[in-house]
Amino acid sequence: MDEFAKTSRRAFLRGSAAVAAGTVAGQAAAQGAPDPAITELQDWASYLGVGVDETPYGLPIKFETDVVRRNVAWLTASPISSINFTPIHALEGTITPQGCAFERHHSGAIELSKDDYRLMINGLVDRPLVFTYADLERLPRENHVYFCECAANTGMEWAGAQLNGAQFTHGMIHNMEYTGVPLRTLLAEAGLDAAGDLTDKWVYVEGADASSNGRSIPMEKALDDVLVAFKANGEALRMEHGYPVRLVVPGWEGNMWIKWLRRIEITDAAVESREETSKYTDLHEDGVARKWTWVMDAKSVITSPSPQMPITHGPGPLVVSGLAWSGHGKITRVDVSIDGGVTWETARLGKQGDAKALTRFYYDMDWDGSEMLMQARAMDDTGYVQPTKDQLREMRGENSVYHNNCIQTWFVNEEGVAENVEVS
Amino acid sequence: MSKSLNLFLPAIGGTALMLGGAYGFTSRDYAEQKIESLEIQVEQSTSTAADAVANSRAAEAEIERLAAERDELQVIAAAGGGLTQPAPVAETVYGLGREALPEEIAAWDVDVLPDGRGLPVGSGDVWTGEELFVEQCAACHGDFAEGSGNWPVLAGGFGTLSDEDPVKTIGSYWPYLSTSWDYINRSMPFGNAGTLSADETYAIVAYILYSNDLIDDDFVLSDENFMDVELPNADGFVLDDRADTEYTVWRTEPCMTDCKDGVEITMHASVVDVTPETEGDAQASMTEHAAGTDAAAEGAEGAIDPALIEAGQGAFRQCSSCHEVGENASNRTGPELNGLLGRTIGSVDGFRYSNVMRDAGEAGDTWTAEALEAFLTDPRGTMSGTKMAFRGVRNPEDIAAIIAYIQSVGTE
Repeated sequence: MDEFAKTSRRAFLRGSAAVAAGTVAGQAAAQGAPDPAITELQDWASYLGVGVDETPYGLPIKFETDVVRRNVAWLTASPISSINFTPIHALEGTITPQGCAFERHHSGAIELSKDDYRLMINGLVDRPLVFTYADLERLPRENHVYFCECAANTGMEWAGAQLNGAQFTHGMIHNMEYTGVPLRTLLAEAGLDAAGDLTDKWVYVEGADASSNGRSIPMEKALDDVLVAFKANGEALRMEHGYPVRLVVPGWEGNMWIKWLRRIEITDAAVESREETSKYTDLHEDGVARKWTWVMDAKSVITSPSPQMPITHGPGPLVVSGLAWSGHGKITRVDVSIDGGVTWETARLGKQGDAKALTRFYYDMDWDGSEMLMQARAMDDTGYVQPTKDQLREMRGENSVYHNNCIQTWFVNEEGVAENVEVS
Repeated sequence: MSKSLNLFLPAIGGTALMLGGAYGFTSRDYAEQKIESLEIQVEQSTSTAADAVANSRAAEAEIERLAAERDELQVIAAAGGGLTQPAPVAETVYGLGREALPEEIAAWDVDVLPDGRGLPVGSGDVWTGEELFVEQCAACHGDFAEGSGNWPVLAGGFGTLSDEDPVKTIGSYWPYLSTSWDYINRSMPFGNAGTLSADETYAIVAYILYSNDLIDDDFVLSDENFMDVELPNADGFVLDDRADTEYTVWRTEPCMTDCKDGVEITMHASVVDVTPETEGDAQASMTEHAAGTDAAAEGAEGAIDPALIEAGQGAFRQCSSCHEVGENASNRTGPELNGLLGRTIGSVDGFRYSNVMRDAGEAGDTWTAEALEAFLTDPRGTMSGTKMAFRGVRNPEDIAAIIAYIQSVGTE
């Protein structure tokens, strides 16, 4: 073989290697030998499956056992007064299945039956009332999809990148379709003439569990969109989410969504309970704390790729998937950056945003296999733009614990492995 | 329909209408945009070639379909409800629910407001409070309210709120004393809520104030002098001011290109390394499940009644805030309970026992079913001086079940 032929053969090999790589990235890879998954008769294609009497109520198939709630043991003193995290990295669409939706209890999840359930309305009302579960089912009801986010979601990240996974950094959230009676309907049953001027009145709500978690809600919100809910995603609430009845306070911090709701009291002042003074107040750098920070501001996170969801397929088409939400209203736009916030492109919304509910966004890209610093930035219909962590720290310091809605950064290396980082 | 409620309802109705309108409008915008782009497509395709005629027909059909969708959305928007039509507003009440009796309201309406409303008559002194605190609270909060492990610190921390690591206690952070009375009375002790009398609650609150150096040791707290005690951080709070301080700044058109000069990674989560091992978790939960099945199988062979174990698992919840049992169980507020039956009393490595437990162990005593039954029925009566701040299992049937459960999962 002469020199020219050798050179050109090497050039050809280099060229074809590049073409082959391009093929892997662009289209299906060529199959060398026939795939036994196709050519050989498989057990499942021959033997019989499970009958309809096997599974009266189904759980996910065994291959999905890693899509579960997880907790971070060092966060709290006891798992009974603690929180776990929704596996948002592994979910799609917007509705959170109840079985893996995060839980937060102060004295454990309790078993309270419908028969034992009572709801009292007292205080500044014309007629203090007691409702049974059956009573609630006779009042006109509505269906709404809302997100419920713990005010402490992303709270471990104030001082720096700490937990490696969207589940841990952003998983104190779920999004369900609730069925319930508007709170204003129940208040009308009790009558509010006795309360006089409603503009300075409060609705104190309290749970039936041992923590009797109680929060004060201003009357204006109570009469607006608060629901007394008894179903989620079409079925009964789960024990851990307040079965048989919980409060739904759209767009506001999850601690106010009282579970096992047993009492509603109209008052002329906030009760200033433990959960609205010593907790769920936001301590700033100067030692002064913000209180009554109820609304959850606009926020977003890329759920995949993320530390628990590395890119395993190599360069080529890549679906970047994420969630955005705002307690003020609808998500109108999400921008995505793959260079740590130098340049941004507008993502595609999975569907038009619903007010105070999760919105799915996609950024469909052709990954060239180089390192990325991935970020998402949400905007809502008030024009609010999700801030960076530095912007938040400048305003509040690092000890605020609650309401961290900063832009999150995932570093993705050339192997597709993702990590939680902070960038300049 | 209440008169006062009506004051608000026009405003709510207005909001709903507006939101409904906004939804319809946005959808209409979307439909119209799509129509526009399709109309351009129609123009382009008709002007190019004859083979595009079929496409343009499809596009025209799409235009018709979208227009119909738009009209439908307009109808929904005009109805004022957006996607969910609001529940009807009753002209009169539905008359559901029954009147709450005064005794029922008294039983449940026990919250205490910052101005002292809701406080019952009663009193308690610092020294009574100390005894109660050591007995009922110290297991988690420490003898001097200094906290234990991850449990809340209740005393001290003064002047730390602007530090790098602020210590937020009742003394240093809480704005109102009413909150501590209300919370202790309703929600404490952890796992035994609602069992303190009014006088006991006053005494415990007095002891916490004393631990914070806010009162002298001869102070007797009562409903009469309650409002005289002011907490130091009463003025340490401002109302939510995000609308003025943040929203005005962050409601801007965001930067899309050349937003910063360069980017550097300033911190890696992997360096901190505090993330739980997720694969390990999944495996652990599966192992746990398998272990449960084994135990049940063992019971089915006649060793322990599975129903009793199951009952015990439920009853064990009253123990589980302090004790762990089963695989990977470790000492928490109380010692781990693996292999408890037959184990020498006070013998778990690394647990700081009370003298009474240590002495019993040194004397060679072991935990028999009888000894456990007696201890769980009346912990302090049986082992005077035990650190276990638990008043005993109320239901005698639970004791056998708890022991069965510990035996079933706590094999070493």
